Amino acid sequence: MSALFEYIIRLGDDSLILGHRMSEWCGHGPILEEDIAMTNIALDLVGQATSLLNYAGQVEGNGRDGDKLAFLRYDREYKNTLLVEQPNGDFGTTIMRQFLFDAYRKPLFEKLQNSSDKQLSAIAEKSLKETKYHLKHSSEWVIRLGDGTEESHQRIQEALNTLWRYSSELFYTDEVDATLLSQGIITDIAEIRAEWEVTVKNVFEEATLQIPSNNWKQEGGRKGMHSENMGYILAELQYMQRAYPNMEW
Amino acid sequence: MSKKEWPLWEIFIRSKAGLSHKHVGSLRAADAEMAVENARDVYTRRSEGISIWAVESKDVYASDPTEADSLFEPSDSKVYRHPTFYDVPDGISHM
Repeated sequence: MSALFEYIIRLGDDSLILGHRMSEWCGHGPILEEDIAMTNIALDLVGQATSLLNYAGQVEGNGRDGDKLAFLRYDREYKNTLLVEQPNGDFGTTIMRQFLFDAYRKPLFEKLQNSSDKQLSAIAEKSLKETKYHLKHSSEWVIRLGDGTEESHQRIQEALNTLWRYSSELFYTDEVDATLLSQGIITDIAEIRAEWEVTVKNVFEEATLQIPSNNWKQEGGRKGMHSENMGYILAELQYMQRAYPNMEW
Repeated sequence: MSKKEWPLWEIFIRSKAGLSHKHVGSLRAADAEMAVENARDVYTRRSEGISIWAVESKDVYASDPTEADSLFEPSDSKVYRHPTFYDVPDGISHM
């Protein structure tokens, strides 16, 4: 399996699974306007997943397209981070999950625009515009809730306490990254992490939120070792293709 | 769920450069910034616009419907205010 295929799958699966999670809010948003905003974000993410997984299929060259990759893999073949598969919880939890992710995705796509891989660079350029808006949306909500009422502050602080342990996996690297780094396809993740840390620090400061002092980290998704949530997500995501193979609508 | 609702905002969208902003509807938002963001999501998803104005509904001072007679009817009988008494020369299109 090529490093490039593996890398694109990681990016694509993050978009796919987070997009699926956000789509679960459809019709359940706290207010009509926010319901539409979250559904837009879900659609953006699923769109990114479509571009990325289709490209992964091309790179692989075994006749699998984006749909086959999205709907017909087993859980250990999905390489998304544990963060994106975490349950929606309350609105604050969803927003915090999205913020931690957006703050990483924006610098990631900024750097990937300059990738020596033309297709990846084009996908990054398109996705960056969407991601900038997602980050604006999620950071403003983190600030509103953190610096809002006593209850909203407490709830979003709890969300941060729960989700913080999953944030380090966004910067997971192994031989896949080392190979692509040497080929000029990606840049050093340390630069992306540095930018993420600044964004996170500034927003949490304004939101009067405390970064948990417990630095215990939970990782595994990038290697296909998922939390129990993944089975439930895939059951819903894959049901139609598994029950009615090759159906289209 | 709290019964307190966020303020109502009137949304105006400019569909393309050179055209004026047109009223498209209203929505709720906690402040102006959120109003513009919500308007982006609610009213420009299908490339409807390139610029958004949000005005809090309470700041709109409107004419009184019960005064419609005195405000608008007098102009109905003044056809000479419309440029309909001119002969349009041949060759002028798009009039």
